[in-house]
Amino acid sequence: MHGSPYLFIAPFFVLFALFGFFPLLYTAWVSLRSWDLTGDAGFVGLANYSRLLSDPDFWNAMLNTVGLFVLSTVPQLFFALVIAGLLNRPIRALMLFRLGVLAPIVTSVAAVAIVFGQLYSRDAGLVNGVLGLFDVGPIDWQASKGSSWIAVASMVNWRWTGYNALIYLAAIQAIPKDLYEAAQLDGAGAIKQFRAITVPLIRPALIFTVVMSTIGGMQLFTEPLLFGQGDISGGSLRQFQTVAMYMFEQSFQNFDYGYGSAIAWMIFLLTVVAGIANALIARRLRGGTQ
Amino acid sequence: MRLGKALAVTVATALLAVGCGGNATDDAAGGTVTLTVKTFGQFGYDDLVTQYEGSHPGIKIKQENIAKLADYTPKLQQWLTAGSGAGDVVALEEGILVKLMGKPDQFVNLLDQGAGDLKANFLEWKWNQALTPDGKKLVGLGTDIGAQGMCYRTDLFAKAGLPTDRAKVGELWPTWDGYLATGKRFAAAGAGVSFFDTAGPVYQNILMQQGDQTYFDRENKLIVDTNPGVRTAWDQTIKMIDAGLSGKIQMWSPAWNAGFKQGSFATIPCPAWMLGVIKDQAGPENAGKWDVARVPGEGAVRGGSFLAVPAQSKHPKEAAELAKFLTNPAGQTAAFKAKNNFPSSPQAIDDPAVSSAVNTYFNNAPVGKIFGQSAKSLQPVYLGPDNQVVGDGIGDALTAVEQGKLKPDEAWTKAISDAKRAVEK
Repeated sequence: MHGSPYLFIAPFFVLFALFGFFPLLYTAWVSLRSWDLTGDAGFVGLANYSRLLSDPDFWNAMLNTVGLFVLSTVPQLFFALVIAGLLNRPIRALMLFRLGVLAPIVTSVAAVAIVFGQLYSRDAGLVNGVLGLFDVGPIDWQASKGSSWIAVASMVNWRWTGYNALIYLAAIQAIPKDLYEAAQLDGAGAIKQFRAITVPLIRPALIFTVVMSTIGGMQLFTEPLLFGQGDISGGSLRQFQTVAMYMFEQSFQNFDYGYGSAIAWMIFLLTVVAGIANALIARRLRGGTQ
Repeated sequence: MRLGKALAVTVATALLAVGCGGNATDDAAGGTVTLTVKTFGQFGYDDLVTQYEGSHPGIKIKQENIAKLADYTPKLQQWLTAGSGAGDVVALEEGILVKLMGKPDQFVNLLDQGAGDLKANFLEWKWNQALTPDGKKLVGLGTDIGAQGMCYRTDLFAKAGLPTDRAKVGELWPTWDGYLATGKRFAAAGAGVSFFDTAGPVYQNILMQQGDQTYFDRENKLIVDTNPGVRTAWDQTIKMIDAGLSGKIQMWSPAWNAGFKQGSFATIPCPAWMLGVIKDQAGPENAGKWDVARVPGEGAVRGGSFLAVPAQSKHPKEAAELAKFLTNPAGQTAAFKAKNNFPSSPQAIDDPAVSSAVNTYFNNAPVGKIFGQSAKSLQPVYLGPDNQVVGDGIGDALTAVEQGKLKPDEAWTKAISDAKRAVEK
């Protein structure tokens, strides 16, 4: 009798132990060894990590990842908030809009990346075509960091804005209406109400979406890979190569498993650091409102 | 309640077992052996496979193909490392062969399977490529060689006032300087399209004609910065980029695929295996507009593959027999007829079916002669195990020059330092 709750949650933990926890430890172990195509060459301590810290390509990938993360999180969450505010009003065909903003998330990531890759094509892409109407020269979107970041971020934003908007919408609808009535009586306009009431009271939802976006941003892989037509080095000068792509390149293209494992663990550690930072900020903020 | 608990345990265990279980084995009742052949690109084995199954009643053959080599290689490596999934016969491209031969035990020694008798069926340098340095282990049997030609659009040449007959076109470029000069003529005629698609393949072609080694010497020491041949190929390619001849289109991208149909570029260096690609991409409406002339310079080979039997195969003897069949002169001739993969067997090259083969799509070009000429006049080139990494670095540097992100000298310096860093890790 006492055992049955544990039995019901056991499958998840068994699978997690096998496919989540064990690989984590095994990767750490491989990262401490020199291991390539010719096999395991033995323990090398932290050599892979020190090589990583002085590797310009790794830091370039980190820069790209952070840049892409900022570009694909900040505008996205901002617009999601605005859209959520708009969807909270009594407009016609409300259900249609609320479901409509979710439509992009149903698409396959690969399909999105391929189509957007075509849109951003240098010679025949729609984006350059529209820019051409304003006499802006054809941009080679893959050639520069800035342009490639904008292109890849636009894919991510297109996909996730609606999803985050609905999360915010749910949080907004949980705010008691009398707060708004009181504010209106005090003479606050719509925007002031939004900034002073809505945003502070949906802080848990905001924090949740920021954390999810951070994790997603650190792992960005499919969109930049397909944007570059499957080129794992992310552009001729690694303009848009993320850390996940760099890890894949080292592990499965150059077959340097030891080094690739070190990169993987580095991504993990940086994500944990980002998560802890998020949690600390959240605790400080939450202390302010409750 | 106790029954419920027991049931839960049973269901959970059963689900776990199903999830972790592997594929059903193929030695079913009746003793039929199923051999799995894994290939990339187009090897042209469909008819050969049917023929083999017909003459070997106990054998069924399953072909699994991954179109792009860049997707196939990591999967191949995964299968070999994991110890399963590689099937019974695998295709090995020459670029990855050198690396995999660092661990020859992951493949069956074909000399043990009687392949030693077949040495005369292959060009000597092709045979030696798959032989371990001590000569005791043969890892693969050669399939095709990427003999080179230069494919061109007759209509675009006509518009630019250039000759269209392939013999005359061949006379325009006996050397790469001639190719550069023709390109400048083409650009000056103002056709509005570029002379070639992208600089990478042109560079690769020139490089493979520069002697018998490229980035590594035979002791596997990096010589990318000291080998004059590499610098020659680089400089020649930069001259062409500077002359504005490059379309700067990434190979295998949708724009590149569309380029064949739309005529975005007038020439493209084409190894024998690319003819099939051009035909598929350009479509039937462009039949006869593409033609093949000789490649500038003296012979060259780009790409070319082998068939090997992974050590993990459960039927090494049958797999070796199949590999021998697919790579024997008749098999190579059939593959050439199917997909234009140029044979590596001298008997096949001289077979009238190959030497007098014409390709109707390409204006009845005598492809057997054109590619045969290239194959016979080539010098084998030693590639070295990390050849791919260095080559990619130089390819990226060239792309950066095309994109205007780097000056040629900066790009050269970067390519060299990247190569050194990648190799001396």
